[in-house]
Amino acid sequence: MTIATSGHNRQLAERAHAIRRNALRMGEVQGQGYIAQALGISDVLAAAYFHAMTYRPEDPDWEGRDRFLLSNGHYAIALYAALIEAGIVPQDELETYGFDDSRLPMSGMASYTPGMEMSGGSLGLGLAIAVGRCLGLKRKGSDRHVYTLFSDGELDEGSVWEAIMSAAHFRLDNLIAVVDVNNQQADGPSTSVLGFEPLTEKLEAFGWFVRRVDGNDIEAVREAFDAAKAQSGSGKPSMIIADTLMGKGVPFLEAREKNHFIRVDAHEWQLALAALDERKPS
Amino acid sequence: MNHATRKAAPATATATAGKPRLTTSAMIASIAAEGQRTKPAPFGHALVALARENPAVVGMTADLGKYTDLHIFSQAFPERFYQMGMAEQLLFGAASGLAAEGFMPFATTYAVFASRRAYDFIHQTIAEENRNVKIVCALPGLTSGYGPSHQAAEDLALFRAMPNMVVIDPCDAHEIEQAVPVMAGHDGPVYMRLLRGQVPLVLDEYGYTFELGKAKMLRDGPDALIVSSGIMTMRALEAADLLRQDKVEVAVLHVPTIKPLDEATIVEAARKSGRPVIVAENHTVIGGLGEAVAGAVLRAGVAPAGFHQIGLPDAFLDAGALPTLHDRYGISAAAVAEQVKDWTGR
Repeated sequence: MTIATSGHNRQLAERAHAIRRNALRMGEVQGQGYIAQALGISDVLAAAYFHAMTYRPEDPDWEGRDRFLLSNGHYAIALYAALIEAGIVPQDELETYGFDDSRLPMSGMASYTPGMEMSGGSLGLGLAIAVGRCLGLKRKGSDRHVYTLFSDGELDEGSVWEAIMSAAHFRLDNLIAVVDVNNQQADGPSTSVLGFEPLTEKLEAFGWFVRRVDGNDIEAVREAFDAAKAQSGSGKPSMIIADTLMGKGVPFLEAREKNHFIRVDAHEWQLALAALDERKPS
Repeated sequence: MNHATRKAAPATATATAGKPRLTTSAMIASIAAEGQRTKPAPFGHALVALARENPAVVGMTADLGKYTDLHIFSQAFPERFYQMGMAEQLLFGAASGLAAEGFMPFATTYAVFASRRAYDFIHQTIAEENRNVKIVCALPGLTSGYGPSHQAAEDLALFRAMPNMVVIDPCDAHEIEQAVPVMAGHDGPVYMRLLRGQVPLVLDEYGYTFELGKAKMLRDGPDALIVSSGIMTMRALEAADLLRQDKVEVAVLHVPTIKPLDEATIVEAARKSGRPVIVAENHTVIGGLGEAVAGAVLRAGVAPAGFHQIGLPDAFLDAGALPTLHDRYGISAAAVAEQVKDWTGR
């Protein structure tokens, strides 16, 4: 590793730490939230917003931006945390998370939040919309990418597989999808609710470029985004399978019995922030 | 036939001897009566004309291009046509994405698949996000003899209930041609029922012009007011001619836009004293034009001399030949005339 890349990785780690911090503070404001998922996906979001993507914080609808579609709308707490860190949403709005008339509702919706490109929540929508976005960008002659994040549980939805077939059929090499494999959905471990492995082989058979990485290894995630972007011209859509650890960065949450909606007691939010800050990258 | 008795042994050949033997028509069969004036593929040709003017227009379908007249468009503009495969959820999700990038997708399939299979995708990715997608769907109501799999008896109820959605039920080729550019002029999602192939031509003789959200009186009469949409306006006009022979003069108010509903015009027509209001629709009597009109009239405090609905029953409809089924369910011209006579006491 060169000094330059090591410096860049450290900067990304600092961004990921800040995203986790924002998410925990929103969780504290509301007393609840999908905080374990947010902590798990923060490294991916840091690499997306501070390494891979092009955008203008002051102009979230700038035509020249890369698009980011959040399919799993309940991860909104994580995306808001990233949008705040990216300067797209003001820092002080964090205090409004989940409250009436906030621009930051519990589930992400396009009409509420700057930088939120779609209304998620009903799972399995994002990849289908992304196919249309990619077709539209190609039609316009744009070289921008469409990024979309969805969860392993969404692999249960037939519409996801319709879109997986379609993206390969239309040779959408401007599509970079990330599936968060934390192996947890509402009723239990995703692989036991409805098995989807071997996922890499399946997606490759469907005609995708696939990278499976430790989604909490920021260098690996960064390199996966680079490899996916390098697919431009190949005719292949890209899927980054990110194996993540729910609660990452806060040891007592990492160790907590895994639940889709993790329980955090009122006094624990400050403990979580303190635990996170102890591990702040130096 | 009753749902529970369909599996009973069929009537013997002798019992049906002498009756005409009608068969279920092909999926692409026209609903036009023999000898009726028609126009071919009015939607396809109107879309081509629109696309020549508007470069944002693109066409999409879920393996039903030929069956929705979109093949006319795909032949004229192959580069602006997206074959999405037999995947309706993908079709509408991708349509939302294309609209978000500034295009105006016309997405076609059968009404059953849009309204029933892909409802959540339309609800969330198109209506909630208020994307400029035009949904155009063939086989509305009872226009297929294949049975409930292809009979969209409840599409208007479902799309009426969806916020942001404009809903159009056109009568004939003349109206479809006019509705296409009007839909494009509305910035937002629209659902239009489609008649395809050789489509009856009726409204041109009435000097009719389609306007979004406007009901139009096609003929007036003191004995009854028929409020109708879609092909039932054609049937109501035919029934009105039949009824005239019996000295019954009915008014026909055509309501092609189911949402937003032209409540003012409907209420004003219903207010005219002494005539019953009869709503005729190619749709289940639940949740469609009939209940929409009833609500508007009641809210306005108007009490007409009777209120009746002509429409499909709350049942899974039979398979069979369309003329048989339209008679059976009371939506043929003759059946409409009979019911009106009963209700007007003639």
